[in-house]
Amino acid sequence: MADDQEAELAALIRKKWRVGGVLTAIMMAAYFGFILLVAFGKDTAGTLLADDRISVGIVLGAVVILIAPILTAIYVRWANHQHDPPMAKLRSDRKKQQP
Amino acid sequence: MSTLGQTNTDAIAWFLGFVLITLGITYWAARRTRTTREYFAAGERISAVQNGFALAGDYMSAASFLGIAGLVATSGFDGLIYSVGWLVGWPVITFLIAEPLRNLGKYTFADVVAYRLKQKPVRIAAAASTLTVVTFYLIAQMVGAGNLIKLMFGLSYESALVLVGAVMLAYVLFGGMIATTWVQIIKAVLLLAGATLLAVLVLREFGWNPLNLFAAARDEYGAATLAPGKLVANPLEAVSLGIALMFGCAGLPHILMRFYTVPDAATARRSVAYATSLIGFFYLVTFILGFGASVLVGRKAITAVDAGGNMAAPLLAEVLGGTGFLGFISAVAFATILAVVAGLTLSGAAALAHDLWGHVVRKGKVDEAEQMKVARWATVGLAIVAIGLGLVFQGQNVAFMVGLAFSIAASANFPALLLSMLWGKLTTRGAVASMVTGTVSSLVLILLSPTVWKELLHFDEAVIPLKNPGIITVPLSFLVAIVVSLAKPEPEAQEGFKAAQRRMHLGPE
Repeated sequence: MADDQEAELAALIRKKWRVGGVLTAIMMAAYFGFILLVAFGKDTAGTLLADDRISVGIVLGAVVILIAPILTAIYVRWANHQHDPPMAKLRSDRKKQQP
Repeated sequence: MSTLGQTNTDAIAWFLGFVLITLGITYWAARRTRTTREYFAAGERISAVQNGFALAGDYMSAASFLGIAGLVATSGFDGLIYSVGWLVGWPVITFLIAEPLRNLGKYTFADVVAYRLKQKPVRIAAAASTLTVVTFYLIAQMVGAGNLIKLMFGLSYESALVLVGAVMLAYVLFGGMIATTWVQIIKAVLLLAGATLLAVLVLREFGWNPLNLFAAARDEYGAATLAPGKLVANPLEAVSLGIALMFGCAGLPHILMRFYTVPDAATARRSVAYATSLIGFFYLVTFILGFGASVLVGRKAITAVDAGGNMAAPLLAEVLGGTGFLGFISAVAFATILAVVAGLTLSGAAALAHDLWGHVVRKGKVDEAEQMKVARWATVGLAIVAIGLGLVFQGQNVAFMVGLAFSIAASANFPALLLSMLWGKLTTRGAVASMVTGTVSSLVLILLSPTVWKELLHFDEAVIPLKNPGIITVPLSFLVAIVVSLAKPEPEAQEGFKAAQRRMHLGPE
């Protein structure tokens, strides 16, 4: 593999781990934030909303459940549109160079 | 009065229908299962949507369907903490694990860890942790199966175990991953359809508005039922369990194995996205079922049938749809257990036949026919072990074993797997030390925890106050891997990292 391709691949890999890492951090923040709120802020989590028909805790729990597939969808979109095309190009360039 | 526990002809009819159809599929799959690539990876021909449903079917156990609905029904909001916890590992699998795993491995996660390291020690350590996870998970499933089937069908515990073991063995032994995949897909569809229908029937009673349902629960059991209760008494405990659930999911051998059944990394990635949506939807629905059961069936009636509350969803089905619907839901719960047990057995068989026999005994030079034979014998062995352990642990409280399985998966499998993909300096010793540390520390700390030390062995005070050791064992495994690797570098392993990285991201060439 030529040097510039090598460098491009390394940059793409770094980018991919960075995107995955940031999204993992968001998921962790949402989930552990929810857990810590439930543990330390029982009164806040138990506050009733909408004519006392639902609690803050239930709303936030449902939000964390919804965040999971939303983040996953964002990642898949990113990977399909931003990551796969340059990777595919690298792959085909490499094939061409091989005898 | 509920008819639970009496012979329910609808349940038996639904269940027989399920078994007949799935055995028919197994017959069809058996003719397509000749090589180990077909036996363990379904010939890598599963599509993203199919694998999404199969992953959901592999993961959503009876514990999450009946257990969480029961927990919500009997203790309100606290059950939601579990629903959330069971889901949050899936995005982590998507972001960090699925694609490199698919590109680097063949049948097991050890393929990935051992890729540029010394095969023998890594394979042995990975197989040991895999088999430990699979064993504990199997015990929990089998004991749960025996109890549930006894309650729902009026069948004896022993015959229930033999029935589950025998049907599962037929799927896996003859139809391998192809049959297992379809069993999991059908189960996921049935489970999602059953739960959704049940939730629709609940919401109909409350003017199609979940808020009215919560309000009814509040009227009956007080505002506390919508607020955090006793489950999270200790914040450290909650975070520790959260760590085990989140990262354990990304280290479960039977889940990881499913990514080898799709043709490429992009399909693997899309399949987890489908799975995450399906599982997330399912947990939202379980929440409606739990509150619905607490209002429409009543907590007293639920705990009268089963103290753990596990019968909340089936009882709700009976109240809303009569014995016919109860029969359907019972059969779905049965199918759910079969699909999970089949996936577990197959991943255990892969560790035995591929990691231990293929790479340790035969050093990677194994004849295809011979490996197939070993795989089938391993499957038979695991089925016998599963039934045997189910009998041994009859009447025991085995709920902690699922937590233990997640804890070992999170601390023995996840750190080694992630570091092998991400960190070039990881050495054979580092990976092995990390996997051994994760397995042993989880086992020891659970033994010393309140669940086993106090509740099972009846000592006064637990040595370790944590019920789940994730907060200690996961960082410890990472630390051990890093320190041991840095202490004595392995130049060959580091040289191999570039090639491994290329394959991990560009795919096999």
